[in-house]
Amino acid sequence: MPDVKGAIIELRKICMAFAKRSGEPLPVLDDIDLSIHDGEILGLLGRSGSGKSTLLRIAGALIKPTSGEVLYRGKPLLEPAAGIAVVFQTFALFPWLTVLENVEAGLDALGLLREESRQRAQDAIDLIGLDGFQSAYPRELSGGMRQRVGFARAIATRPDVLLMDEPFSALDVLTAETLRTDFLDLWEEHQLPTKSVLMVTHNIEEAVLMCDRLIILSSNPARIAAEIPITLARPRNRLDEEFGNIVDNVYSVLTARTVASLGAFTQTHEALARPLPPASVNRMSGLIEILVAAPYGGQAELDTLASSLALEINDLFPIAEGLHILEFAELKDRALKLTAAGRVFAHSNTDERKRLFREHLLRFVPLSAHICRVLRERKQGRAPRLRFEIEMEDHLSRRDTERTLRAVIAWGRYAELFAYDDKSRTFSVIAKAG
Amino acid sequence: MEQHAELLRGGVWHPRRANWRDLAALVLIVTIILLIGSGARQMLAPFSAAQQPEISLSPSALPSYALRTTMRMLAALMASLLFTFTYGTAAAKSRRAEAVLIPLLDVLQSVPVLGYLSFTVVFFVSLFPDRALGVELAAIFAIFTSQAWNMAFSFFQSLRTIPHDLDEASRGFRFSGWQRFWRLEVPFAMPGLIWNTMMSMSGGWFFVVASEAIAVGDLHVALPGIGSYVARAVEARDLAAVGWAIVAMTVTIFIYDQLMFRPLVAWADKFRYEQTAAAVVPRSWILDLLRSTSLLRSAGESIGAATQAASRVRLSSRSLIPARLARALPPALLDVGWYGLILLAVAYLGWKLLQFAGAELSWTDAAAAARNGGITLLRVAVLIVLATLIWVPIGVAIGLRPKVAEKVQPVAQFLAAFPANLLFPVAVYLIVRFQLSPVIWLSPLMILGTQWYILFNVIAGASAFPTDFREAATAFRIGGRRWWRDVILPGIFPYYVTGAITASGGAWNASIVSEVVSWGPTTLNGSGLGAYIAQMTEAGDYPRIALGIATMSVLVVAMNRLLWRPLYAYAERRTRLD
Repeated sequence: MPDVKGAIIELRKICMAFAKRSGEPLPVLDDIDLSIHDGEILGLLGRSGSGKSTLLRIAGALIKPTSGEVLYRGKPLLEPAAGIAVVFQTFALFPWLTVLENVEAGLDALGLLREESRQRAQDAIDLIGLDGFQSAYPRELSGGMRQRVGFARAIATRPDVLLMDEPFSALDVLTAETLRTDFLDLWEEHQLPTKSVLMVTHNIEEAVLMCDRLIILSSNPARIAAEIPITLARPRNRLDEEFGNIVDNVYSVLTARTVASLGAFTQTHEALARPLPPASVNRMSGLIEILVAAPYGGQAELDTLASSLALEINDLFPIAEGLHILEFAELKDRALKLTAAGRVFAHSNTDERKRLFREHLLRFVPLSAHICRVLRERKQGRAPRLRFEIEMEDHLSRRDTERTLRAVIAWGRYAELFAYDDKSRTFSVIAKAG
Repeated sequence: MEQHAELLRGGVWHPRRANWRDLAALVLIVTIILLIGSGARQMLAPFSAAQQPEISLSPSALPSYALRTTMRMLAALMASLLFTFTYGTAAAKSRRAEAVLIPLLDVLQSVPVLGYLSFTVVFFVSLFPDRALGVELAAIFAIFTSQAWNMAFSFFQSLRTIPHDLDEASRGFRFSGWQRFWRLEVPFAMPGLIWNTMMSMSGGWFFVVASEAIAVGDLHVALPGIGSYVARAVEARDLAAVGWAIVAMTVTIFIYDQLMFRPLVAWADKFRYEQTAAAVVPRSWILDLLRSTSLLRSAGESIGAATQAASRVRLSSRSLIPARLARALPPALLDVGWYGLILLAVAYLGWKLLQFAGAELSWTDAAAAARNGGITLLRVAVLIVLATLIWVPIGVAIGLRPKVAEKVQPVAQFLAAFPANLLFPVAVYLIVRFQLSPVIWLSPLMILGTQWYILFNVIAGASAFPTDFREAATAFRIGGRRWWRDVILPGIFPYYVTGAITASGGAWNASIVSEVVSWGPTTLNGSGLGAYIAQMTEAGDYPRIALGIATMSVLVVAMNRLLWRPLYAYAERRTRLD
C-alpha cells in the first residue's frame, strides 16, 4: 500500500467496464489502486488502448468508474473539483475565444471578480510564455502555442493536481521537446502553483525524463503491471548511462507484458478471443526486409529499431506483434528475432510470399481458419460480417473486434484466403478461375 | 482588438476620436431604430375586420409595406430563435424528452405552413379583439412556422455533435449550465444555425403572401404588407403592380441580405470549429464599417463586455432537482413511467381523433385525399427528376470553374431566397393566354423556388471535388459516360442529396399555393393534395383541412424515411475513404 499520508488523489479498487453488444460488461480496468502523492510527477505508461486515458479521466471525475472510489484530499470525489485541472492531448481550446478569453474561461467557475480573473489569466500567460498572443485565436497559432494555451488555462486555476493526457503527443518532435523542457524548468524552480502531476504517456523517454514514479499498465483489462520509482537527480540528461538503463528497463517490462499477453491466448486456445494488432502486410514485410539486411542480420532490439526507423514505440509494437503472431519473428525480452520462415519470406518472390503467408495465417490465426470453415460449410459460400462480430464480441470489446476484423480482412485478402465486400458487409469464398 | 492587447501590456492608450465612418454608421443605426419604432406603433393600432384600411396599389405605398413585412419576418425570426434555444436544448439534454420532441419536430416540419394558419388565426384574433396585434400575431406565427423547425433541428444536431474534448474541458473547468450554454453550445452551433436561419428566411418570404392576406372561412383580413399588395394586385389583374412588387421584394431581400446576413456570416466565421485558417474569409462591408468606427466600436466592446459578463454568471439548472432525489429513483423505473405516460397520451389522442374523424369524415373523403396525395406525389417525383436532369450538368460545369462559380453561387442563393410565387401571376397569364392544361402546366410552379437548392449544392460539391481526382481522371483520359458515372457523380452525390431533400420538402410545401392559382376572377385548378387543402381552407372546412394536412404529413415523413435518409446514409458511407 502506498503511503496514504502524502496522497492528494487516491484511487481505490477502480474497475471500469463497457457494455458489449450482448449487454454483458467487458472489463477495461480491473481493480486498480493508485495514489498521487504530494510533490511528485506520476507517469502512467501502457500500450495504446490499455485504458490509461480512461484512468486519468476517472481520477479527474470526468468519468464515473463502474466500481471503486476516488478520494481527493481524503474525501470522495464525485464531480470535477476546483483543485484539479486537465491538460488535453487535443488541447480542447474553444476556437471562438481568443487566447486570453480561453484562459479566463477556465476561471469562470471560480466566481472571481473580473479584475482578479483577468490578472490571474495574465499571470499564467506570462509564466507560460504566451505574452503578446492574448488577442490571437487558436486557429492562428501553431500546435505548440496552442498547447501552451492549454497549460496556461490549467495553471491559471491554481490547481493542486494537474492531470495531463498525453500533452505532447500531438506535437512534432522539436516542439514537444521545447515544451517539455519549459515545463520541467518551471516545475523544478517551483514556479508552478501545482503540487502534483499525473501524466499519461506512451513515450518511454518522456516518461523517464519527467516522472518521479512510473506505473505501467497491462492491457485487456488493464491492471497495474509494475511500479518503477525514478530517483535520478533533476535536471536529467538523456545521455547519462543511468538514464539509458532505466529506459531499457522500462522497455523490457513493456515488451515482457506484450509477450505475456500474446502467450495467454495460445494457451487457452480461444480461437476468437485473440485481438489482432493493426499491422498492415506492407509494414510487416517491410520490417522483415529491414531485419534480414545489415546491420541487423535477423535480430534487433526494439528501441534501436524504433529510433532508427523514426517510429514511436507504440507504432512499432503492432508490427512486431503481427510478425510474432504469424511466427515470422519472435518477440522476446526487448528484441525481435526473425524465424526461419521469416528469412524464407524475405527471399521469396510475390507468389511464394503469398503462399507462405497463407499457410502461416491459417495455422497461427485461428480466426482466419474459422472464417474459411464457415464459408466452406455454407452452400453459397457467403457469410455476413455480423455473424463473426457477434461471436467475437463475447470476448473482445467493440473496438478490438473492429480492429481485429480489419486486420484479418486485410491479411486474408493478401493471402487470397477469402474475399470481403464492404458494401454488403459479407465474406465470401474466392471464385477460382477454371 | 489591437488596442485591447496594448492596454493589457501597459502601452499608451489614445482617447478615441470620432471619424466620418462614425457619422455614416450612426445615420444607418438611427434610421433602422426609427423604422422599427414606427412599424411597431402601427402594429398596436386599433383595428376591426369590418373596416380594414384599403391596400393601395400605388408603387409609392410599397416602401412602407415592405417595412411592415420585414418587421413581421424579424419578429418571427426572434420567436424562432427562442424556440430553437429551448426546444433544441431540451431535446438534446434529455434522452426522455428527445424520444418525444424529435419525432414531433419531424411531423411539425412536414405540416404545410398554411395548415397552421387555418387553425390558429381565430385564436390569435380572439386574443386582442379590437387591435391589429391579434391578426399581426397570427401572421407572425404563420411565418414562424415556416422558419422554426429546421433551425431547431440544426441546433439539436449541433448539440449532439459537440466535440468530446471541448465537452470534457468544460466539465473539467466546472462550467455551470448557463456558462456551458453560452460558452460552448451556442458558439459551436452558430455556423449551422446561421445557415439555417438564412434558409428559413427564404421560406418565410415564400409564405408571406399567404400569411398576410388571410382567408380562412368567413374571415378575410389583409394586413398592410408586400404580401397583401401582391394578393390585391392579383385580384385586380394589375400586371404592372405585380412588377412593382417584384422590384420591391428584390430590393428588400437585397437590403436584408446586406444589412443582416452578410455581417452575420462574416462575424460568425470565428465560430468555425476547424482549427485551420479558411481559404476564403467571408467579408461584409457593413461589418467592416462598424468595426472601423471608433465610437461604435467602443460601444460594441462595452456590449461585448456586458454579454461576456452575463455569460460568466453561474446559473445552473442542477440545483432545481436535488441530486439525492434523482439518485434515489432507479432510471429504469422512471423510463417505464415516462414511456407509459406517452403511450397513454398517444392512445387517448388517437381515440379522440378517431371519434372526431368518424363523426365528420367518410371513406370517400379519405379516398379523395389519398388520390390527391398520389397526384402531388407524382408531381414532386417528376419535377425532382426533371430539375436533376437540368441542374446537375449545369451545376457541375459551373462548379468545376472556380471563377464562374464564385460569380454564380451568390446569384443561385439569391434566387433560392426569392419568393417564386410572385411569378405565379405571370404563369397564370401565360397559361390562360395560350389555353394550356393547368394540370400539367401549373406543376413547374411547385419547384420554381426550390430547384435552386439542387443547383447551388451541386455547385458546392463540384467546387469541393478534389483536384487530384480530376487530374487523375484527365491523366488516364477518362471521359464521356465513364467520367460522369465513376468520377464526378459519386463525388457530388452527398451534396446533391442534401439539395434534393430541401428541394423536395419545399415542393411539397409549395403545392398548396401553386396547385390552385388565380388571376382576377380566373382560377386555375391543377388538382392534387395542395389544391385540396387550399380549397378546404377557403371553405373553412376544418375536418377536411385536417385530413389533407395529415395526409401530406404522412407522405412527407414517409418519403424522408424511406427515400432520402437511406440515400443520405448511403452517400455518406460510399464516399468515405477511411
